[in-house]
Amino acid sequence: MILEAREVRKRFGAYVALDGVSLAIREGEFVSIIGPNGAGKSTLINVLTGVLAPSAGSVRFKGQDIGGIGTVALTRLGMGRSFQLVQIFPELTVLETLQAAVISRLGKGTRFFSSLRGDRQVQADALEVAELFGLAGKAYALARTLPQGDKKLLDVASAFALRPEIILLDEPTSGVSTADKHVVMEILVGAAKRIGLRAIIQVEHDMDIVFGYSHRIIALHQGKVLADATPAQIQADARVVDMVVGRRRTP
Amino acid sequence: MRTPIVLALVGIATASAPLVSPAYYVTLMLPFMAYGVVLLGLNLLFGSAGLVSFGHALFISIGAYAGAVLTTHLGVRHMELILPAGALAAAIVAAPVGALCVRYVKIYFGMLTLAFGMVFYTFLLKFYRLTGGDEGMRVLRPYLLGREWSGFSKTDYLIGPYYYFSLAVLVLATLLMWRIVRSPFGLCLRTIRDNPLKAESLGISVPRYRWYAFMISAVYAAVGGALLAPPTGNVDPTLAYWTHSGNIVFMVLLGGFSSFFGPLLGAFAFIFLQDTVMSVFPYWRLIFGAVLAFIVIFAPGGLMGLLARRRPAEVPGA
Repeated sequence: MILEAREVRKRFGAYVALDGVSLAIREGEFVSIIGPNGAGKSTLINVLTGVLAPSAGSVRFKGQDIGGIGTVALTRLGMGRSFQLVQIFPELTVLETLQAAVISRLGKGTRFFSSLRGDRQVQADALEVAELFGLAGKAYALARTLPQGDKKLLDVASAFALRPEIILLDEPTSGVSTADKHVVMEILVGAAKRIGLRAIIQVEHDMDIVFGYSHRIIALHQGKVLADATPAQIQADARVVDMVVGRRRTP
Repeated sequence: MRTPIVLALVGIATASAPLVSPAYYVTLMLPFMAYGVVLLGLNLLFGSAGLVSFGHALFISIGAYAGAVLTTHLGVRHMELILPAGALAAAIVAAPVGALCVRYVKIYFGMLTLAFGMVFYTFLLKFYRLTGGDEGMRVLRPYLLGREWSGFSKTDYLIGPYYYFSLAVLVLATLLMWRIVRSPFGLCLRTIRDNPLKAESLGISVPRYRWYAFMISAVYAAVGGALLAPPTGNVDPTLAYWTHSGNIVFMVLLGGFSSFFGPLLGAFAFIFLQDTVMSVFPYWRLIFGAVLAFIVIFAPGGLMGLLARRRPAEVPGA
């Protein structure tokens, strides 16, 4: 078990966003979290990534309680994440963005006087990730000048450059054209294998992506886990299809 | 013209100024070099970390008063001791002040730094026995390289040994800052400036790195302040006043905060422009206000931005 949430509750005043959510992520899994707006997905992400402490229950990553631990500490423990709204460093180049992640991973951020250009390990690792995500040709382009799809890739690539053990992707294909969605996912899954990721969790609305790549799907509804099953089982569950998936899918 | 050639020409001109320029203009170079050191540090905070301080006069005054206390009261006259002592005093003050300020950004950070600057200004003004109040304190002529230079008149001392000492400090400070902004630390600062949320997700602790930048900039300000005091021979509380903080922010904007050498150009232009305008027009602040408005509206890249427009953009990373 890499990541485990037990009976997690999260209240904001009188509003209960998560009401006894339990889930477990195992080695090698690609797990999708789905649910309608207001189901508690964003709150669950924030609890799983240590941004919010649960009001009750616990979240453990590699056996350690990570409730409210904070993003930086969790990143150091080995969890990476990308965001629903693309997050980049507009005035940094693609390579600099990836270098920053590599520097953070190697703990070199407080080297005040060493030359960044002269650090071969940082340069090589950053370039390797750029190649993995098909961004090597744009290594010296400013992030703000990239097309939207490449910005999304860069956001995810920088999280991969941390070489995390587990990664949480918040709508990895949002803002990407329909034609490019599967390209992005293929790159992402290929990169995950290459760097030896132990598990991927994604929050996704696009059911083609959810059913096309997941080993397991967790459906949330009104702050509770409605179903936690394989794509085939989810598909066969009329209640989940009606409440969360929205339409019956043809295999 | 490529940057190394321009730098070499500027270096030659600066080094030969005492030999070829009238003494008056050479003495004007002294505050330029002192403010140059201050602005290198301030721009680490402004240009690299994206934080605008309106209270850095606090640290300039700490460096300047350190020189006054050491030379007048403690009998320490060696500039090689005054500079690190000023830097240490600034670091001691900057540690808690910075830890508080870097929790805030934008106008809140600026106002907090301004508030701390004004607290120190009031301390300098009201603790008369300790600081000399509004009259300030004398700064005795410091020894340079272990020598008193007693055979030199004040002007000869300033445009000779003191000039070259200041130049050496400025060059050293520039080289160190050049390394800092191009180090892994410098890159982490730029990630925080661009997108703190994303930086945190990459494991870069935003408050910690901002605090480091604040500390470094405070030390630079104090070293600049210690260089600023001996030419006038006196320090007073106006060094810590908020308008002084405003002036150095103006210098950074004038030169261009997005360029490494912009602030140095800004300091040079400010000092000489101020001297020229003051000599012909009593309401010089009116002119400076108009210049500042022009820069903010029409040339946000400052003088360096205007110069850069005249040549093709450099390939990033080349």
